[in-house]
Amino acid sequence: MSEAREFKHIGQRTIRPDGYDKVTGRANFGADLSLPGMIWGKIHRSPHAHAKILSIDTSKAEAHPDVLAVVTASDFPAIQSETIAVGEGSEDLFDLTRNLLAADKVLYHGHAVAALAARSERAAAEALSLIEVQYEVLPPVLDLRAAMADDAPVLHQDMFTEGYDKKPEKPSNVATRLEAKIGDIEAGFAAADVIVEREFYTPTAHQGYIEPHACTVRYDENGQSMIWCSTQGHFDVRARTAKILDMDQTSLKVIASEIGGGFGGKTTVYLEPVALLLSKKSGCPVKMVMQRTEVFIATGPTSAAKLWVKVGAKKDGKITAMQGRLAYEAGAFKGSPMMPGVMTMFAPYDVANVCVEGFDVVVNKPKVAAYRAPGAPQAEFAAEMLVSELADQLAMDPLELRLKNAAREGTQTLYGPKLKSVGLVACLEAVKNSPHYQAPLGTPQSGKVRGRALASGFWFNMGGQSSVVINMNPDGTGTIVEGSPDIGGSRASMQMMAAEAMELPISRLKPIIADTDNVPFSATTGGSRTTYATGMAVVEAAQKVVQQLKERAAALWNLTPEQVEYADGVVHAKQGDDQLSVREICQAAEKTGGQISGQANINARGAGPGFAVHVCDLEVDTDTGKVDVIRYTASQDAGKAIHPGYVEGQLQGGAVQGIGWALNEEYIFDDQGVMENSGFLDYRIPLASDLPMIDTLVVEVPNTFHPYGVRGVGETSIIPPLAAVGYAVSKAIGAPITTLPCSPPRVLKLIQDKA
Amino acid sequence: MVSIVYAAPTSIQDAVELLADNAMPANVLAGGTDLLIQTRAQAGSAESRLFVDVKKIKGMSSANMTPQGLELGPSISCAEFTARDDIRALYPGLVEAAGLIGSTQIQGRASLGGNLCNSSPAADTIPALIVNSAQCVIVGTQGERRVTVEDFVTGVGSNCMHQGELLKLIFVPTPVARTSDAYLRFIPRSEMDIAVVGAGVSVTLDASGSCQAARVSIGAVAPRALLVPEAAAALIGTSLDAAALTAAASAASAAAKPISDKRGTAEYRQHVVGVLVKRATLIAADRVKP
Repeated sequence: MSEAREFKHIGQRTIRPDGYDKVTGRANFGADLSLPGMIWGKIHRSPHAHAKILSIDTSKAEAHPDVLAVVTASDFPAIQSETIAVGEGSEDLFDLTRNLLAADKVLYHGHAVAALAARSERAAAEALSLIEVQYEVLPPVLDLRAAMADDAPVLHQDMFTEGYDKKPEKPSNVATRLEAKIGDIEAGFAAADVIVEREFYTPTAHQGYIEPHACTVRYDENGQSMIWCSTQGHFDVRARTAKILDMDQTSLKVIASEIGGGFGGKTTVYLEPVALLLSKKSGCPVKMVMQRTEVFIATGPTSAAKLWVKVGAKKDGKITAMQGRLAYEAGAFKGSPMMPGVMTMFAPYDVANVCVEGFDVVVNKPKVAAYRAPGAPQAEFAAEMLVSELADQLAMDPLELRLKNAAREGTQTLYGPKLKSVGLVACLEAVKNSPHYQAPLGTPQSGKVRGRALASGFWFNMGGQSSVVINMNPDGTGTIVEGSPDIGGSRASMQMMAAEAMELPISRLKPIIADTDNVPFSATTGGSRTTYATGMAVVEAAQKVVQQLKERAAALWNLTPEQVEYADGVVHAKQGDDQLSVREICQAAEKTGGQISGQANINARGAGPGFAVHVCDLEVDTDTGKVDVIRYTASQDAGKAIHPGYVEGQLQGGAVQGIGWALNEEYIFDDQGVMENSGFLDYRIPLASDLPMIDTLVVEVPNTFHPYGVRGVGETSIIPPLAAVGYAVSKAIGAPITTLPCSPPRVLKLIQDKA
Repeated sequence: MVSIVYAAPTSIQDAVELLADNAMPANVLAGGTDLLIQTRAQAGSAESRLFVDVKKIKGMSSANMTPQGLELGPSISCAEFTARDDIRALYPGLVEAAGLIGSTQIQGRASLGGNLCNSSPAADTIPALIVNSAQCVIVGTQGERRVTVEDFVTGVGSNCMHQGELLKLIFVPTPVARTSDAYLRFIPRSEMDIAVVGAGVSVTLDASGSCQAARVSIGAVAPRALLVPEAAAALIGTSLDAAALTAAASAASAAAKPISDKRGTAEYRQHVVGVLVKRATLIAADRVKP
């Protein structure tokens, strides 16, 4: 792309096209569709974290006068083990089916065992208690240490650890072991003057989207089945549901509703195949809406993790070796984001000797799902905590230490390629020159102590398949038909990129998210891919429209397309005064060969990695252990910020989720694996009043693969806060934080133990 | 899901008769911010319940200042209560307790009497009422009786009221001159939470700043809010110096019998209750008008 390009639309702060509907309550979310004759589905869930199912008796529920269908795992067609892509990772279809409805064992408290549909929501809720399940309760495996112990109860008798040269002799709760390395780790440590080493722990945390999972479905035996649901990827809902229920994809249409938050958690299915099965059995449309408690206990949180890390450096701060050993809880079925954790852990550093070993471990907790840069916040938390500790040991400014070792163009990554142009150094420089970093930390009132810390973050970002059609209407307006659910303002970005490419006002272009029947396959909105990849498809489709506009005008003038040019919504003949507006060309389309549209079905490669640097000032009440963030700045490379307001919003939202994870968010279980805080009262995400304004510094180092230079921005921002907050607390209280969250009782104990 | 029968009597007598009727379990409905949530939580139950809405009874939602004290209609909303400058001038700690419940929206419905009758160990207004020597006027088919707030609550979610009884009035005596109060609670966030620990303190100072009288009450550290005379005794006769505050804090920590749960460990609560007693004492003393 050209340098220092002038943009007309890109970089403006337009009003999002979906904004009015959302603020007036007109927008339709997952639970908002009702159909004639519709009935209500509910799920009967396990009261035990680990138990054998001896029998399920549904006869009393079936006899209830208002109950029209009951289903259990035995109603699914036989499913073979098969790995399928999901958002940013993959999952096993057989496991997914077992997660939808347990078969021989329940593997976590809240695991779905049976489902029923009844004439009213109330009748469905009442009839749930009529389903009788006999269990043989098994000892639950509730954390990594218990799961990895030699004598641990084994969740899956057919699971043998993968990743060793020889297949192990005994089944294990460790699904996979992975090692990745570059250089010579031993030599790296041998060359070091200073070595720091520590083990960290992060808790199970939930994405915390406000909208619970919900769907309305209608089964149709003649191939016209329909699912309306809240999802980040309706094509993936179609693929999974069709596979699980042994249907053709063409016989199932999936419509993505407006979505009230996903953050990765709405990239798989929990209700949709079960609802469709209930609809098939009952002959009625079925609606299912989760309660908040169900969202917490039975949908994907992210992994708790145990993270050991060791870093060695020369006296001058040059890092010579970085080593990690990571264990991630997958929940009930294999498939934690351990691998991205391994690959991202030390990515912000240009270091010759790196070695990371990772373990994917099953425990009796809900199966994890993607959560904003899945796997990276945990691993990078440990790495960043230790790099900050190294800076203190070397008596170096933590920012200078990071600059000295920063990954940059040409850096060899652990995950394979050498980096192209990236923005870490630019982010570090931006923070270094920021009013925040330049300002002194200030003196707190008596009884309080302050700390400041900074942390970097890295996320790959993704490209992938996106399909877009731009249909020009006879009045010269255009409809941008895309297949990427809008979870963060992407419709506004699509509109702006199309307007830029077509040189038309944004008001003449309407972006819509089409259902699975009305646009070719598009991958799930995840991996920070949509503004990048779907945006590329929009630009390509827009360019095709412009080309056609030129051809049509040229045809009307008996010229060749090369003899005309296009600017500001008007085609001009290069010679003479002939000109036609887009409106005129579209109005005359029937005379020049029919309607005009441009299509682009792409598989985008070359997503530019996203780097971020955050700095946090906080204050700790030494009598209560309460932590208050008092100033926070988030810097990130956006490549090119299409809509700066929504880019800043992504930076702020990610920062706030990361701060919540660092300060108070955690799943609390009793000793039998029953979650005790399955609601927003006691699962404490931050409130607006808890935090200062999150200042943003958007850095733009263009991604050469995108016509406008875009990098994904949705995920990296959740990574740095864990260590920015964690290390700032360490600095404030003068004792090392090793376990998140920094909840008041934990922080107070550290203060008291130190005194 | 529970079936609700709704009644909205306009007199105390009608309300008491409805509550005394044995036809189905009955609950008093004031703001409903606890009752509706608790009822909804019983999703699997098919029973019928009578909700007796008391807000249409004259006087149940008003607050009158008399020379003797504040006559508080129990179903007055926290929002109306906290907006009253005359009440705030005399009982600033009680007003700040009411202003901590739920959120701004919740406070439009939630009532002081509801907070009291729900009898949660973590209720914010209860320690603040106790330090102000508030009394409950309870009416039933057998007539009226008066109970101090510290004796009203008997355990977690339970109180001394019997079936057929209604809390008719909360009476808060006018404080003697040079008296003020304060209430503090600890939560991990800034609002919209339930107290991990709460502490109310009322002090009466003489012209030299010496403490003549004090009441200390602590919440969320026992099955019910506790009046802690030992903590008050540590303050009385002192100038509220550091030693006195530390002694009061220790007395509060010693009186606390907290549990460990998802909101905090027993050890943590025991420590923080002392911290809050110290801080609330200083705030209350600072509020005493010279």
